[in-house]
Amino acid sequence: MAEFSLPKNSKVQQGKQWPKPAGKKLRDFKIYRWNPDDGKNPQVDTYTLDMDKCGPMVLDALIKIKNEQDPTLTFRRSCREGICGSCAMNIDGTNTLACLKSCEDVKGDVRIYPLPHMPVVKDLVPDLTRFYAQHRSIEPWLKTTTPEPQTEWKQSPEDRAKLDGLYECILCACCSTSCPSYWWNGDRYLGPAVLLQAYRWMIDSRDEATGERLDNVEDPFRLYRCHTIMNCSKACPKGLSPAKAIAEIKKMMVERRV
Amino acid sequence: MSMRTPLGMVRGLGSARDGTHHWWMQRVTAISNIPLIIFLIAFVISHLGASRAEVVASVANPFVAILLALTMISVLWHMRLGLQVVIEDYVHGHGTRLAALLANSFFTAALGVAALYAILKMSFGL
Repeated sequence: MAEFSLPKNSKVQQGKQWPKPAGKKLRDFKIYRWNPDDGKNPQVDTYTLDMDKCGPMVLDALIKIKNEQDPTLTFRRSCREGICGSCAMNIDGTNTLACLKSCEDVKGDVRIYPLPHMPVVKDLVPDLTRFYAQHRSIEPWLKTTTPEPQTEWKQSPEDRAKLDGLYECILCACCSTSCPSYWWNGDRYLGPAVLLQAYRWMIDSRDEATGERLDNVEDPFRLYRCHTIMNCSKACPKGLSPAKAIAEIKKMMVERRV
Repeated sequence: MSMRTPLGMVRGLGSARDGTHHWWMQRVTAISNIPLIIFLIAFVISHLGASRAEVVASVANPFVAILLALTMISVLWHMRLGLQVVIEDYVHGHGTRLAALLANSFFTAALGVAALYAILKMSFGL
């Protein structure tokens, strides 16, 4: 059966309260901690920050904690402007990018966990190996049989417009890890992010392997585990709709047989 | 710890090239269910308190019998497809999943044949 409760060694315990700084605008950050080397269960530590001395975004707070309070706090980040997708995590119950999430948009304590239902490497760092392999499996590159033209592959403005809402995906995995179907069957279901990417290549007017791409995902598990739960579209920090992309794939599947 | 590559595991046994028919039939039966269930509800309401003889007399009408039979086929088919999805979602043991899928098919088939037998029996006034 699908597992609905955490295994014993994953049950989250209360952690410690780190020393509070002086200041007027204090804010508590409750952050998931897990260290693969100490053999202990995960715990939630509380850090307190003076928001008058901290940048506005959750990522600013995490960096301030790491710099000034606890250098062992582990998380991924790079661009700090929502284009690299590294700092995807679960903030205030929703998967999003720490760099795009304002602390002011969170009511009460700021609760920060790693992306749900993925193996954890350490603290807020999930293991995305399978996610990347799934992306690789849909062959996300232009596939053609016609010999390459001397210049570029041409595309009309109308056909180019079909890629809007798809090419912006930064593969942060917020959507896939918000999807219950991906939680229960992530070993076989490709998940919203990868299916959106698959559709991005299916709808590309320059690509000549559309049928092959459809064949590759026409599967009760790879594609049809999507039950239009819509968590993916709700979570996407870039405002895209993986659910719509998946619906378009399902329409193409019917279109080629009726 | 498996020593297979992540890509090897993701590719697994490959695409089943299947699932669209299942998905499509779920939509088709969902659409056919709408008028048929409205008919069924109307039929049941209009026969509230009726005697067995009165119901049998109604079912003797070929249109009523055919609509009742279509309702059973459509609803049961839809039920089987839907339950199959639930089993595939949540039942993960290889053996238990297979057993649950078989039980789902057998139960639906038995129920369907019994329903059609009952409708025909009443319709032909036996």
